[in-house]
Amino acid sequence: MTSNRLSGPLPDVSGDAGYVTHPERVGFFTDTSVCIGCKACEVACKEWNGLPDPDGDALTLTGMSYDNTSALGSNAWRHVAFIEQAVPAKQVAAPEETDLIAAVADDSAGDLGATRWLMSSDVCKHCTHAACLDVCPTGALVRTEFGTVIVQPDVCNGCAYCVSACPFGVIDRREDDGRAWKCTMCYDRLRGGLEPACAKACPTDSIQFGPLDELRAIAQTRLDDLHEAGTTEARLYGADPDDGIGGAGAFFLLLDEPQVYGLPPDPVVTTQDMPAMWRRAGVAAAMLAAGVAVAFAGRRG
Amino acid sequence: MTEQPQVPEADFRSYYGRPILKLPRWKEPHLPAYLYLGGLSGASAVMGAAAAATGRRSLARAGRLTGAAAGAGGTVFLISELGRPERFLNMLRVAKPTSPMSMGAWVLAAHSSLASAAAASEVTGVLPGLGAAAGVASAVTGPILATYTGVLLADTAVPAWHEAQRELPFLFAGSAMASAGAAGLAATALGPGRDRAPAARLAVIGAAVELAAALHLERALGLTGETYQQGGAGQMMRAARWLAPAGALAALAAPRSRVAAVAAAGLLTAGAVATRFGVFRAGPASVADPKYVIASQRDGAAPRPR
Repeated sequence: MTSNRLSGPLPDVSGDAGYVTHPERVGFFTDTSVCIGCKACEVACKEWNGLPDPDGDALTLTGMSYDNTSALGSNAWRHVAFIEQAVPAKQVAAPEETDLIAAVADDSAGDLGATRWLMSSDVCKHCTHAACLDVCPTGALVRTEFGTVIVQPDVCNGCAYCVSACPFGVIDRREDDGRAWKCTMCYDRLRGGLEPACAKACPTDSIQFGPLDELRAIAQTRLDDLHEAGTTEARLYGADPDDGIGGAGAFFLLLDEPQVYGLPPDPVVTTQDMPAMWRRAGVAAAMLAAGVAVAFAGRRG
Repeated sequence: MTEQPQVPEADFRSYYGRPILKLPRWKEPHLPAYLYLGGLSGASAVMGAAAAATGRRSLARAGRLTGAAAGAGGTVFLISELGRPERFLNMLRVAKPTSPMSMGAWVLAAHSSLASAAAASEVTGVLPGLGAAAGVASAVTGPILATYTGVLLADTAVPAWHEAQRELPFLFAGSAMASAGAAGLAATALGPGRDRAPAARLAVIGAAVELAAALHLERALGLTGETYQQGGAGQMMRAARWLAPAGALAALAAPRSRVAAVAAAGLLTAGAVATRFGVFRAGPASVADPKYVIASQRDGAAPRPR
């Protein structure tokens, strides 16, 4: 039994899953600072994977900026988030009383504020310690030789445990077909030596695909460059093997707090607490048996 | 007039207020009914074995029959939760300690088989030796079936369930004892009062544990604890808080009164069912508003310090 099987850094996920020989672990680095919100990734993903639209809600308007996909789900394996933020006014010598209308009309009053547009293409994180995989009772969810996590649709019986276990709210069950679905990182394309459809379609290289170690190095360089250029709010998300999921196979460069993008601030794989949880259930079971014994102790009647 | 540079930042910034996690796909009444029936089946089997060992025939019969019936009923509810019920047996193609549902499927299969064998022998009188042995074995699987469901819920990212990981197994154990005691009281209500005494004691012990665990749970959870106090979950938890002690009081009088025995059975059963619905409903409530996920992670409250 190797260490760190439930949490913490795990350098060889595929080896840990039983692959004696396997290719390098691959992943996505999604650099949201160059995302232009074109949604080519969403379209390419749906096209390549043949994702259905059973409810016919592909044309629903949500009112959430340009985001009409709403969230990742069983039929949306890439999701571009759009966030419109009012950024603070540049510091100008404020007059005693500010007449907003006059100030807007008068350029000399300075920049009273602008809108910053954040866009980010979200995807399954392919966690090092994947809760969905841990809790799957049928073995339908498996680790691939590439270190990614996929559902085998011919095995899944739709118990929906993975849906509640995922700390990112990624995987979901299709109600018409009864099974759980999520991003496969285009397992079929990987097997054929191709990059995933979303990365292939991305026109700005916001979505980069490659060996995870290389991506982490690229991301660190990019982060340093942005910090040097004064974009101090830039941060990496999911890149740290010491985080609550042992590092993500798909990680991000964000320009604000994760929750602004609909991401959990500090997710932890729920199975990290597994041994303690089983211990407590055992103690409670013993207590139950003892309770019955006490109730039946003593002389009859 | 001094101008505020910008609107003060909200306590919880989120993506259009949308949930971060997916709402559980498990539904009512299936999952809470399974939680109740699993607990009832497990604790009843133990009660049946203890009664058989101490020569209490009527309670032994009641425990064995209830253990088998509730196990079968729970299995039906569990299977009906699946998106592909016809693939239920896929649960038994692996055994994974990291999956409480995998472990639970094996425990449920073993326990239901044993409880059914014991009950069949009890009813038909065939192979009494094997039936008795199955009954004793079901007293081993029973407590596990009654408490593993606490791990089943806790081993999720759902804040109300995961953060209650310390309390849920004990809450369910107490609730299961109260349920089995109630079943024992109902089954022996027409017989002589002394036959009911152990079931009454079991009911009182169970209700006390259930009540203590529930009170502790709501206090220990911080912000997330309010999901057990508000909305549909709050209604159920408050109902259980009155039903359990009322049932326990009635159970104290049950050995001397048939009316009290029937009342205790009804109150305790209602309390145990309410507890399961309350716990179940707190889960979706803690996901629907992203503030619970954000607060517990940002404050370093999840996981809570050991």
